[in-house]
Formats: sequence, structure tokens, C-alpha cells
Amino acid sequence: MNTTFRTLMGACALAALSAGAFAETITVATVNNGDMIRMQGLMDDFYAKHPDIEVEWVTLEENVLRQRVTQDVATKGGQFDVMTIGTYEVPIWGERGWLVSLNDLPDSYDIDDILPAIRDGLTVDDELYAAPFYGESSMVMYRTDLMEKAGLTMPEAPTWDFIKEAAAAMTDKEGEVYGICLRGKAGWGENMAFLTAMSNSFGAKWFDMDWKPQFDSEEWKTTLNFYLDLMNNYGPPGASGNGFNENLSLFQTGKCGMWIDATVAASFVTNPNDSSVADSVGFALAPDNGLGKRGNWLWAWNLGIPAGTQKVDAAKAFVEWATSKEYTALVASKEGWANVPPGTRQSLYMNEEYQKVPFAKMTLESILSADPQHPTVDEVPYVGVQFVAIPEFQGLGTAVGQQFSAALAGQMSAEQALDNAQKLTEREMMKAGYIK
Amino acid sequence: MARSVSTNRKLVTTFFAWVVGLAIFFPILWTILTSFKTEAQAIADPPIFFNFHWTLENYVTVQERSNYFRHFWNSVVLSGGSTLLGLIIAIPAAWSMAFVPSRRTKDILMWMLSTKMLPPVGVLVPMYLIFRNLGLLDTQIGLVIVLTLINLPIIVWMLYTYFKEIPGEILEAARMDGATLRSEILYVLTPMAIPGIASTVLLNIILAWNEAFWTLNLTAAKAAPLTAFIASYSSPEGLFYAKLSAASTMAIAPILIMGWFSQKQLVRGLTFGAVK
Repeated sequence: MNTTFRTLMGACALAALSAGAFAETITVATVNNGDMIRMQGLMDDFYAKHPDIEVEWVTLEENVLRQRVTQDVATKGGQFDVMTIGTYEVPIWGERGWLVSLNDLPDSYDIDDILPAIRDGLTVDDELYAAPFYGESSMVMYRTDLMEKAGLTMPEAPTWDFIKEAAAAMTDKEGEVYGICLRGKAGWGENMAFLTAMSNSFGAKWFDMDWKPQFDSEEWKTTLNFYLDLMNNYGPPGASGNGFNENLSLFQTGKCGMWIDATVAASFVTNPNDSSVADSVGFALAPDNGLGKRGNWLWAWNLGIPAGTQKVDAAKAFVEWATSKEYTALVASKEGWANVPPGTRQSLYMNEEYQKVPFAKMTLESILSADPQHPTVDEVPYVGVQFVAIPEFQGLGTAVGQQFSAALAGQMSAEQALDNAQKLTEREMMKAGYIK
Repeated sequence: MARSVSTNRKLVTTFFAWVVGLAIFFPILWTILTSFKTEAQAIADPPIFFNFHWTLENYVTVQERSNYFRHFWNSVVLSGGSTLLGLIIAIPAAWSMAFVPSRRTKDILMWMLSTKMLPPVGVLVPMYLIFRNLGLLDTQIGLVIVLTLINLPIIVWMLYTYFKEIPGEILEAARMDGATLRSEILYVLTPMAIPGIASTVLLNIILAWNEAFWTLNLTAAKAAPLTAFIASYSSPEGLFYAKLSAASTMAIAPILIMGWFSQKQLVRGLTFGAVK
């Protein structure tokens, strides 16, 4: 008996040691946003399903993360096994063979359930290169009390002219209430995300079919002048330094009548713990000009597996779990439906409980109204709504954004900013070989 | 009369010293205050100074979310290791430059300093590739080497300046008494330069502790120090100022406490030889 017991104990110890020895550790690089942080708190569910996998997190600020993962994937550094990447990176990296295809995820994962607009942006030559974790578009968030006071009613799908009229009516500079808050801080993911999406609704485009820059077009002139006019007359002071967080802070403290920005902001501005205007916020689609395109963007944070990893199977198991329908249900059961990562699966929007969330409908409609394959009124040679999916865009977008931000700060005229943008884009596109 | 002028001057000087001191310390004070606020209070306009509901919630959240002690330990190893390695290289180097200078000593000193003039991002990609090929990415030893190299010019310069203040005759006397080079450096030079070495050590620890370019770019999960811990609380989409402030306070607290207790030594070292 004693010998049997000892043998059993020995076998158990050996088994435990072997499990420990064979437990595979994967490193996940991620951004610091509410959804990602929430997932880190729900890892017990993953460990229960995959006791042989351990997950180490590297959480970084978005721009730092982008630089780190690009560096790692391009040099095959192998520091990360799963990377959080945006819709801009996925097609470029997928095309270069830097990412592992996810086409072989099991049927139970239900790839077809992913919203087509999002899925298309992550697919190159029929290969899905990343799984969306959360998706977003942009929309109008407005103060219902101020709108009522102004004697106006926000339509579900407003025009830019209405936005201007409402901004004028809501502005009370002495009371430090500004009709509209928009991004002004320079950067391809800052002011240029907004202005590129806005320009689509004005019929403008970055390039024609011969990759010739179009900042000298009448449409861009109208877009930029409209934006500057809106911001200079009805925007907050110092708007050229405002990004998402600055505008969020202004809106939450009651200083903005309207704010056009990421749909993810809806959960922040309606949270009574952080927002002083939580009970008087309404939502509408991003504005248009009747040309068939709205001024909203499309973005998703996705989980991709770099081709350099040695732990593909463990990485896939994690990606499958984190972007599954079951994970959505898990978040809902622990944190409520309002905290479920939005914008990726059709089944979520068919869920009756989720439909009760105040911003769910508008988020979905905004996502569905964006078309990354055909982002502009005229035909263009690129994909991407608020970006152009070419490797050169990060640098170009930021350089052009600096010109437009300077125009907003009053350092140069709109004409001068557009002229500079045209010249610098032409030069870079020639250097990169797009223009022969 | 003269005494009265002197007192007035002292008062004015003290007043201005306090104003400048407070202005320099204000960002740290504000970070500490913000760490005890809620996220809504952190962005309140007009800003709230002391009249808010103090909460430890942010510290609890940060502690729950991140492994502070692992990052802290990495910071200790990296700053301590790089300082030690730097001293081992710099003391003999500064000795030779101070007491046995050659025609090129000044040029070598300038050249060493010139390595600080290149923005680190200029050599990021080659460094990253070297680290990848040597298997040093995300390792403590790799970071210790990098931090040693980037701070070495400052350590050599500081020690060289301190050593220059020590009369060469004392070392000569030691030599005449039969001291070897090792004993000369260890038992004669080093004890005399203790204030200078101490301030060099303290400054180097502070520089290594706060270094946030290489420590962010060459680490992932294993060797990441407190700079990476702070960076994980920064976000362009979402307001996390209070939590970010709590993380920052936790990251700077050890070095702030160390600086507070060693300020006498630090000031003595930094002003060593300033008045002749």
C-alpha cells in the first residue's frame, strides 16, 4: 500500500512537472484600451480551456506598439507570438508574407459571422491574415440638451450644412461651450484620419488612378476650407493640439456641443462615473454632402500571428478564443453587454440584449456605411477609408497632417497648406516609384 | 546696516530658490495628486488641487493589472548592473586620462562625448538586428550592456573631473611607498574621490532608471523595467490619467526616496572642486 501510494505520488509529481515543462508561453503585444485590459482580467477562462498555454502580456501605447511590432515583424525578431494590429497594417503585412494565414480556423469559429466590411479589410487573396477583436467607425455624438435649447433636431443622417448650422446655434463662447470639437493634432491617425474620411464625403481623394496626388483639386479646397471655417468659428481654442483624448475630455466636461469621432467614445461619454453629460448624449451618423459617401471611417484592432513565431498552434488557440462568439458571451456575463467588444460579429447585433445598448445600432450602421474597397466618390487605385493602404502612407499622412494642423493654428492659409501637401506628396510618390 | 542688507538678500534669494524649486517639483507633485483622484476629477476644469475625494482606487487597479515588482526588480538590476559595469570600466579610464594624459586625451574625451550627440533612434535598427542575432532581445544582460554604453561617456567625464582635483603628488607618494597600480587606485585614489564617485553612481542610477528609449525598444515581457510599466498605461483612445499618474508615482517613488536620502552626498559630489 505504502509502495503504491509512493508510486502514485511520484507519477503525479512527474505529470505535474511535465505539464509545467511543456506549458508553452506566448507573448501577446497589445494596446492599452478598455477592451484589451478587460480581456487580461478574463484569462482564467482561457487557462481553463488551454492549461498547456501561458500568456505574457506586453501592453503599449498605440504609436509605440505600432513601431515595436513593425520592427519585430519586419526583422523577424520573434519577440511576439500574437500582435494587436490595425486594419492599415494587415493587408500590407499579409501581402508580404509577414503574417500567418488564419483560414484554417475550425468551422465552429464561424469566419462568415465576421462583419463583411471588417473581414474584407483583413483578407488578401482570399487569405484571412488577422482576426478582428473590436471594430469601430466614427459618428456624431451631440448634446441633446443643447440641441433642444438651440431649437434644432439632429437627423439620424445629418448633412455637413446641418452640422455647421447646429454648431453656430450651440456655440456660447462666453459660457465656454463650443459648437463642435474635431481632431486637429497632426498625425496620420489623428487629424488625417478625420480629414481623409471627411474629404471622401466632399468627393475628394488622395490619388487619381495614376497615383497622382489630388490636393490641388477643388474638392480638397472645399473640404479644408469648410473644416477650418467650422473650427475657427465654432471650435475650442487651441484645437490644433486636440486629438481623441483632448476632445473626449472637453466633451465629458460639457464644453462641446458636437463631437465627430470614434464610435468607441460612446461608452466613455455615456459613463456617469467619468462624464458630466452622460444623460444628455445623442448619436447620429457621420455627415455627408449627398454625394453617396459619408465622412466616417472604419477601423478594427485585430489579432495577427507574425510569420516568425515558433508557437503558431498556441498563438492560434489564443486568437481563436479571444475573437470567438464565446468570448463575447463571457464578457457579457461578467461585465454586461455594454462592455462587449463591438463591431466585429453579425451575431452580436442580432442579439436582443445587445440591441438595448444605446449606441449599438448607430455603431453598426456607421460600420456598415463605410466601404474600404470603394472609399471615395470617384474610382481610386487604393483601399482604406481614412488611410491609403500603402507602406508610404504613415509618413505621408503625418507630413500632410502637419500642414493642415498648421493651417488650423493660423500659421498658414488653406491654399498654402494644400499647395505644400501636393508638393510633398508628389515628391514622395515619385521617389517611391508610383509616378513614372 | 550691512547685516540688514545681507538678511534681505538672503530672504530674496531664499524666496526665489523656493519658487524655482517648487516650479521644478510641480509636475511631480501634480502627478502624485492626480494619482489619488478619480478619472473624472483628473480632467476637471478648472483643475482641483487638494479639495477632492482622495482615493487609493488607482493604486489598487494598477497593482491588480500589472506585475509591479517584476518591473521594479528589472529596474534595480538594470540600473545597478549598468552602474557597476560602468564604474569598472570608467575608473581606470578616468585615472589614466587624469594622471597619465597623452596628447590625444582631450580628443578622446570629446569623441566619447560626441557619441551622445547622435539621436538614439538613428542606430535603432542596427542595434535591434545585433541584439536579435546575439539572442539579447528582452534580456537583462543585453539592457545592462546598452545602458552601460550610453552612460559611460558621462561617468568617464565626471570621474575625470573629480580625479583632476586630486593632487598627483599624493599618488606619487603612494607609488614611492611601493603601492602597485591596483592598490594606488583602490586604496589611495578611490577613498579620496568617494564624494565624486558617489555622486556619479547616484546620477548614473537615476539616468539608467529613467531611460525610456532602449528599455522600451529592446524589451518585451521578461526584462521590461518600470519605464515599460508606465508606458503600458498611456493611451490615445481613452482617459487613463489618474491610473497613469498612479503608475508613474509607483515608478518614481523608489528613485525619489533614494535621491532624498542621498541628497547631501549628491550635492557634495556635484559641487566637488567647484570652489577653489
